[in-house]
Amino acid sequence: MTGDGAALEGEITVAAAASLTEPFADIGTAFEAEHPGAEITFTFDSSGTLSQQILDGAPVDAFASADERNMDALVEADLVEGEPAVFAGNQLIIITKPGNPEGIASLADLAGAGVVSLCGEDAPCGRFAAQALENAGVTIPERSVTRGHNAKSALTAVSEGDAVAGIVYVTDALAAGDAVDAIEIPADQNVVATYPVAVLADAHDVALARAFVDYLASDDGQAILEERGFLPPT
Amino acid sequence: MLAAAALAILLFALPLIGLLQRADWSRVVDDLRSPASAAAMRLSITTSLAATVLAIALGLPLAWLLARTDIPGRAVIRALVLLPMVLPPVVGGVALLAAFSRRSPLGSWLYDAFGIQLTFSRAGVVLAEAFVAMPFFVITVEAALRSLDPRFEQVAAGLGASPAQVFRRVTLPLIAPAVAAGAILSWARALGEFGATITFAGNIAGRTRTLPLEIYLQLESDPQAAIALSLVLLLVSFAVLIGLRDRWLGGARP
Repeated sequence: MTGDGAALEGEITVAAAASLTEPFADIGTAFEAEHPGAEITFTFDSSGTLSQQILDGAPVDAFASADERNMDALVEADLVEGEPAVFAGNQLIIITKPGNPEGIASLADLAGAGVVSLCGEDAPCGRFAAQALENAGVTIPERSVTRGHNAKSALTAVSEGDAVAGIVYVTDALAAGDAVDAIEIPADQNVVATYPVAVLADAHDVALARAFVDYLASDDGQAILEERGFLPPT
Repeated sequence: MLAAAALAILLFALPLIGLLQRADWSRVVDDLRSPASAAAMRLSITTSLAATVLAIALGLPLAWLLARTDIPGRAVIRALVLLPMVLPPVVGGVALLAAFSRRSPLGSWLYDAFGIQLTFSRAGVVLAEAFVAMPFFVITVEAALRSLDPRFEQVAAGLGASPAQVFRRVTLPLIAPAVAAGAILSWARALGEFGATITFAGNIAGRTRTLPLEIYLQLESDPQAAIALSLVLLLVSFAVLIGLRDRWLGGARP
């Protein structure tokens, strides 16, 4: 893996979608173990917030988005070095309180279930959830929808708060463990999110950022992502 | 010395100037009249006023208790009351959830016995806002009570007025300016409340999505609309502080 000889040293900042919190923490540790002189700092939030911050000049070396749209915004602004590459996929899942007290079995059951937690309308997970609901022909009245700012806060409203159910990524439900129950969404209704990553044009350490991006596509990186429930890039 | 002071002024002024300069003035009015903005503003005004009423109704007796009695553990009570001022509001929201969510003993009893659910409700927004705003009212009024010359009250009592009469006819008129100042301060704090609200009451359009929550969501989809709404909060807060400049310390002026 270390191939080209020159030791990679320095610090980079990687901005990543909130749904990547767990695998990236693991990947960061593994990457730093492989390159002892390297230090990676992560900033996790909704992809929309991160891309906005990067447009505003946030000092970030690489960006991993939960959708193509927020990456494209940076490509259009000439802020991306080279081409973004898809490194993972994700799907949606319904979550409920442990034990599923309301007996929710499908997207259709969400329409009259009480308060449902979704991501913000313009966050990737919010748009994908809207797409999945549309695929299923289900309308949840907006007065029964509480919106988290990103995938993690949408889950918290169910695990910590009083939301009856929510729609989040498969990986978020997995990471939450026993805090929520998960109900699968059939493939014909579900949406596949693709995660692109790119080195940014203003990166202060392009070589290290590039090495991190390459690591995501490596066997080691993919194994960690798969362990956390992510799909391989298609 | 002067240079450092000037630097301090810049530190406060530059972000405001930045916001003003970034606003797209040609569409500010349209942004504020959009249904989402209008609903958030209406909700913010009603809930913040309700929270202020609650802060006065409960905060006035509390301020009196802290200023005028010698109950044991007063220092602890005061620290408890002021805690929301220094606590991160999100922590306040988590604490409110622990106390009042349907999974808490109190919250599940409220729901089972009366069908009352505070989370995801306007009442929950008011509760979260009052939680963070009331301390401002209490310390302002307590300070005024402490600086009040006790002889006025002693004379009234000596002339045969009951404690309730003394409070209503003598004390209250004397501390009225501080009560007003404390009420306005806590209203402004309630209006700007974000962390406790989104954590405890959720983020439901038209029901619990107040102005700061709308700004937070819009920042992602439509930054210009978020800036327009921020300007409203900025203007209101600035007006409040200028209006209060003489009463900031809350001293009564008999």
